Amino acid sequence: MLAKSDWTDQKIEVIIGNLLRVGVLLAASIVALGGLLYLVRHGLDPADYRVFRGEPNDLRNTAGILHWALGHRSRGVIQLGLILLIATPVARVAFSTVAFAAERDRMYVGFTLVVLAILLYSLLGSHP
Amino acid sequence: MTILEFTLLVGAGSFVAGFLGSLTGLGGGVVLVPLLTLVFKVDIRYAVGASLVSVIATSSGAAAAYVKEGFSNIRIGMFLEIATTLGALLGAYLAAKVSTAAIGVVFGLVLLYSAYLSFAGEPDISGEDKPDPLATRLRMNGSYPSLAGEKAYFVRRVPAGFSMMFGAGALSGLLGIGSGAVKVLAMDRIMAIPFKVSTTTSNFMIGVTAAASAGVYLNRGYIDPGLAMPVMLGVLVGSLAGARVLARTKTQKLRMVFAGVIAILGVEMLYKALGGRI
Repeated sequence: MLAKSDWTDQKIEVIIGNLLRVGVLLAASIVALGGLLYLVRHGLDPADYRVFRGEPNDLRNTAGILHWALGHRSRGVIQLGLILLIATPVARVAFSTVAFAAERDRMYVGFTLVVLAILLYSLLGSHP
Repeated sequence: MTILEFTLLVGAGSFVAGFLGSLTGLGGGVVLVPLLTLVFKVDIRYAVGASLVSVIATSSGAAAAYVKEGFSNIRIGMFLEIATTLGALLGAYLAAKVSTAAIGVVFGLVLLYSAYLSFAGEPDISGEDKPDPLATRLRMNGSYPSLAGEKAYFVRRVPAGFSMMFGAGALSGLLGIGSGAVKVLAMDRIMAIPFKVSTTTSNFMIGVTAAASAGVYLNRGYIDPGLAMPVMLGVLVGSLAGARVLARTKTQKLRMVFAGVIAILGVEMLYKALGGRI
């Protein structure tokens, strides 16, 4: 455990800022790579978003998306990047929990855990 | 239209939305959904899903720059995120229950209100000089760098601000926007948090709020990779470019023009939604 004086609010914010930047850059690169594959393979197909159909089941959850992405299916690769992007703020909140714990700020550890629980419920729960 | 043409056009439109959004401080999300639904005829559920993803990207991308300045207050942000994420879940659930026309009507009203707010300008709120017991207990009071050195501020009316944040989260989850304007309103007008601290803290909160509804949208099949890809990349690159130009331009006039565009989109959105064509 780090000494209390090593964890100032300012220092925490700088680490969080960098965490967010790396997450977004990584996510954007994966989305761009998948997008390139997608355009090469499907660029000349007709585009139609007027009618709402909803995505196939595999593109709605992490396991299915990983399966598609590992099979080099372009839409799966894009979706993997998007999941990573959605996970970036979640990682930020998780890191804040640790940082508040290191500051021995129990009240804010509690608040961040509530936010974390809501985010995980949204990301991992099933929402018909 | 082929997928290639569609991707390039949507990417270019998203770039412009992100660029103007960051340049004027009004955010790109609020014009994205109208752009996609009114111009590209995309179903509003796909449009909201793609917009949410781009909101996360811009919020997280810009946060790195903001935190260095030392204006944002992570305790205020974290506490209020309890309200915005709960609201975002509610908004995401409502999005599946109400008709697309109803979403269009709410969106139109929000566009008109955003335009009104930017024409009205930023009021100068005189800060509290006495600490509020609840805000003190929650350790929300802070200070920020100013020309005259560190300037302390006291936060007030926490319950009212918290409630308004719940509403901001619900709008964000229903419409796929950052709701930055409503968040700033809650912080600076209700809670008397200095404007600069409000805007940077709000930007910080937007990504977390949007992530809370994006999970639900993804799980429901509302996030289409082929559409979200050009939208997210376009808005991200556009907003980063806008932030670079920002330091060198006077934005007041541009802000008025952009607010005018938002108002027109609001009227058209209302007209189409009320006519049952969304």
